[in-house]
Amino acid sequence: MTPHLIITTDNLTRRFGETVAVDGLTLAIEAGEVFGILGHNGAGKTTTVRLLNGVLGVDAGSARVFGLDPTREGVAVRRRTGVLTETPALDEKLTAHENLHIYAQFYDVPAAEIAPRARQLLRDFELDERAAEPVGGYSKGMKQRLALARTLIHQPELIFLDEPTGGLDPVATRRVHDLIRRLSHDGQHTVVLCTHNLAEAQKLCSRVAVMEQGRAVALGTPAELARSLWKGVRLEIELEAATAATALDALKRHAQARQVTWDAPADEPTGRASLWVSEPAALPDLLAALVHAGGRVYRFAPQEPTLEDVYFALHEEVVP
Amino acid sequence: MNWRAIQALARRDLLVVLRSKGILIPMIVLPVIMMVLLPGGIALFAPAIADAPGADADFEMMLQAMPPEQQARYAAMSLDQVMVELLVLHFFAPMFLIIPLMVASTIAANSFAGEKERKTLEALIYTPTTDTELLVGKLLTAWIPALAVTLVSFVLYGVVVNAAAWPTMGRVFFPNLMWMVLVIWVAPPAAGLGLSAMILVSAKTNSFQEAYQIGSVVVLPVVLLLLGQVSGVMYLSIGVLVIVGLVFWLIDAAILWYSARIFHRDEMIARL
Ligand SMILES: Nc1ncnc2c1ncn2[C@@H]1O[C@H](COP(=O)(O)OP(=O)(O)OP(=O)(O)O)[C@@H](O)[C@H]1O
Ligand SMILES: [Mg+2]
Repeated sequence: MTPHLIITTDNLTRRFGETVAVDGLTLAIEAGEVFGILGHNGAGKTTTVRLLNGVLGVDAGSARVFGLDPTREGVAVRRRTGVLTETPALDEKLTAHENLHIYAQFYDVPAAEIAPRARQLLRDFELDERAAEPVGGYSKGMKQRLALARTLIHQPELIFLDEPTGGLDPVATRRVHDLIRRLSHDGQHTVVLCTHNLAEAQKLCSRVAVMEQGRAVALGTPAELARSLWKGVRLEIELEAATAATALDALKRHAQARQVTWDAPADEPTGRASLWVSEPAALPDLLAALVHAGGRVYRFAPQEPTLEDVYFALHEEVVP
Repeated sequence: MNWRAIQALARRDLLVVLRSKGILIPMIVLPVIMMVLLPGGIALFAPAIADAPGADADFEMMLQAMPPEQQARYAAMSLDQVMVELLVLHFFAPMFLIIPLMVASTIAANSFAGEKERKTLEALIYTPTTDTELLVGKLLTAWIPALAVTLVSFVLYGVVVNAAAWPTMGRVFFPNLMWMVLVIWVAPPAAGLGLSAMILVSAKTNSFQEAYQIGSVVVLPVVLLLLGQVSGVMYLSIGVLVIVGLVFWLIDAAILWYSARIFHRDEMIARL
């Protein structure tokens, strides 16, 4: 069975003067996915969200959301999407209740359902105690949670989250992550998550597109991306400091080892070597060579490639 | 047209105005000073003003510009009574227009430029409202309260001047037909002028204060009316008011037509 596609884009392009904010983007996002758009500042994430919701016009290419053309049928698309914007964009003079009620009316939520839904969301997001206060006095984390509640007030099928944890502390971030996970687990929602936070994408997303200068430069599950783009293995070794010299020589001489660094704090008995091994198959051989050279090994730890490795590899900041 | 969404938008923008003291207080204080305290004092002291040296010459000029039958009417009245009528019925008429202009432009500055300044437009554009609904909602948010404040000011003005001038006039002399035309035909498009000027200004600025200051040039036509009248160049007859109102309506229509063409979320977001 072919999966049901919620979003497809074909060569989607948008320019601002000389800048090509989104450049020939071709994507297919399935129902029920948490799809990550990963890219650093200016990569084109927000512009993509705007194009897909029909609030910005398309210069070339096309997009379909729920089978609709967002440029011509933006209203129909937006009725079924919820967008958490980069800044919470709440009405700070209004209370949490008022913020939710007014947005519910924008989305034409039946009048009788607004109050129970708002109450439920405020309770879920732990805002109910201060729901009658003007939002201006809320902490950043509370504002972000309220903005997320507002995004969900009309029960959208497709949710766009544009940097949902930007500027939040680790505790607030964890809470937002839990909320996003809860959304994605019920199978009723498709989530498009824009982020420059690699750990976040890795933790939450089923698939990720890495965006750079408006183009998708890589696409796949976090693990796939890591494997396909990352042939080598990063290895960390902990050695007894006093006998490390000959062992390190052996490492450096090994044909498969590269970029060996050594870090031994003065008053500690062990130090840490870190290196790249171009072939996983070479690992047993490397360990044998270490021991043979008199190295006393406390820890021998090949690292799973992370999205971060992939990301920096794509940006050519580390050459493995 | 989704009227529920339009209502929600109007309610939201008005709540923001009502909770912003810096916006609300001038909107209350100015009408009170202009339409209650000032006219009350003037109507009370009009006889004293009439007795002031040189006053005769000044008002001679205003009288000269009036049609003969009006001059004949005044000839039959005491100087004090003429003075009250000149001030309350004529001098204050252009001033009165400042109220719809000011209230509409203040609310519109908050609703258009203020929205950008507060960065709430970003969320608003993702709602399933059409561009037209957003524009209509914001227009009504400024226009209807402006008319309401105008009407209240008009009633207060009537009560105050009739009461304060009672010793001189001995009858209810306000409003006359000219004021009815002013309130019904000229004040609504004057409010429209205030708000449409603010739409144009807000397209170029991101700050409420800046929009408010630049936008205050819309009182210029009112100041011109005032000067024209005081200097005796023109007399605000019903005919003149009908034409002034018509001109205001036409200017409103032109700016509105233009606003509807520039008011697209695509353009607004591209300029954020
Ligand atoms: N309204 C606009 N006018 C001019 N240039 C724009 C506009 N919007 C976006 N751009 C440009 O388009 C490019 C992509 O911007 P976009 O906001 O989509 O990036 P982003 O990935 O969301 O970045 P960030 O992580 O900073 O939010 C940038 O170079 C940006 O400067
Ligand atoms: Mg962005």
